[in-house]
Amino acid sequence: MNQLISQIQTELKKKFPDAKIFEHNERRYYITIPKEKIGNMTKFLYQEKGLRLAIATGIDTREGFEIIYHFSLDSAGTLFNVKVLIPKDNPTIQSLAPIFESANWIEREIHELLGINFEGHPNMKPLLTSDDWPEDKHPLRRDYEQ
Amino acid sequence: MSNNRRIVPIGPFHPLQEEPEFFKLIVEGEKVVDIEINIGYNHRGHEFISPSLTYDQVPFLVERICGICSNSHPLAFVLAVEDAAHIEVPERAQYLRSVVHELERVHSHLLWLGLAGHFIGYNTVWMWAWRYREPILDLFEIITGNRNHYAMNKIGGVRRDINPGQFPEIEKVLNLAEQKISMLTHAVLDDPVLHARLENVGILPKEKAISYGVLGPTARASGYAIDVRKDDPHCAYDKIDWNMIVLEEGDIFAKAKVRLLECFESIKIIRQCIKQLPEGPIQARVDDIPPGEGCGRTEAPRGEVFHYVRSDGTNKPIRHKVRAPSFMNLPSNEYAVKGYSIADAALCLAAIDPCYCCTERMAAFEDGKEIYNGKQLLELSWQKTEILKSKYRK
Repeated sequence: MNQLISQIQTELKKKFPDAKIFEHNERRYYITIPKEKIGNMTKFLYQEKGLRLAIATGIDTREGFEIIYHFSLDSAGTLFNVKVLIPKDNPTIQSLAPIFESANWIEREIHELLGINFEGHPNMKPLLTSDDWPEDKHPLRRDYEQ
Repeated sequence: MSNNRRIVPIGPFHPLQEEPEFFKLIVEGEKVVDIEINIGYNHRGHEFISPSLTYDQVPFLVERICGICSNSHPLAFVLAVEDAAHIEVPERAQYLRSVVHELERVHSHLLWLGLAGHFIGYNTVWMWAWRYREPILDLFEIITGNRNHYAMNKIGGVRRDINPGQFPEIEKVLNLAEQKISMLTHAVLDDPVLHARLENVGILPKEKAISYGVLGPTARASGYAIDVRKDDPHCAYDKIDWNMIVLEEGDIFAKAKVRLLECFESIKIIRQCIKQLPEGPIQARVDDIPPGEGCGRTEAPRGEVFHYVRSDGTNKPIRHKVRAPSFMNLPSNEYAVKGYSIADAALCLAAIDPCYCCTERMAAFEDGKEIYNGKQLLELSWQKTEILKSKYRK
């Protein structure tokens, strides 16, 4: 295994004791953390370790809304996918856009398609849906009806 | 807002990117001081449709996301499913995937070069680049059966094989393409007017490139050395000898140069793939896709294409996320365009990779009076080139 990856893993376990790390294969890791930790996790991965946010995926699951932040460690070709679960009755999470610009558009997209609020986002205007799209309709939610 | 600020809208159907977009340039005289980017005019809900299709149907859907990168999206999707289901792809299929993928890069970069040439008033470059893109499209037809929307990738392998009878024709087209791209490259890189016109314009420094997370030639022209083909090798890229082109300047000239030089690397990759093509099957047997999740990514001509697939064990994905490279590259214009003239700004927006089909939809109004439409914006850009040309003639 790449030395850099094992180093990140050891530091992760030390800094985030409640993180669950799952190794899918040597190039794909899935890390589950509580949603309050996402700011610290991003600062650790992006600012200290130099990982790049490839994109984030929002999913409506039975347990709640899940966001997967796909962080890419380009020097080792490895993806660290950070998963957070957001309760359905209060769908809010800290925005990452103040940390780096690459989170700006994807948070706007998740906001309109899944109805998750990002606290601290500079501009929460809809990105993809048309101007007359109703604000309370979120197409990627399971209960969405056409 | 000071009194002499004006708004120059470009869009809603922007001429230079492949999707309809709306750029609101806020200008003081000639100088762009701010930009607002508005997209979503072409939102077709692929992520919504995809979970209603079976795994075999989805490649045909994602192929139609973009007519230029119509190999990158299905390739990234099948890589994601293969990652989720731990499917081993036969080696011959890996090589064939690389061949089609690199051909796509050559045709896309030639398309861009032609458009960029047209936009700065070098119409000969436009005609020539597109003329020599045609044999590449014919090659696609020989290899995949289609000039566009190749339908080459399937989960577990590729659909069509190449036979040795096609090798001489492939080699002939590659030789012709290499010779002509080399001629174009010299014409572009040795031209003092182009140096004056494109150097030090639209600079994206490396730290901004990292913060915006830009990809592909846009990143590599700013000294940000990322390329999924090298970093996360898939297909046959780790078995082939090729170089990643990285430049430090970050201006439009560097972006053009990266793309031109990449064409030669692509041709090099195709030649080696054909030469080393192993014998064997082109498809693996694929049964059910087990529950799980997978990420697939590949280097499209514009940068990394990222697909995420989650399976629940049925024959349809439960979630399919698609991220095209322009989604990350476009916001970087917020930084790169500021401080340049309108003629340069339109070029900056083009530099991340243009598509030039809807120019006539561009118009700027001031007090109800039209000031720039598509043609005038072009003329503005041409004028600037002409001024530079006359300077160099003296």
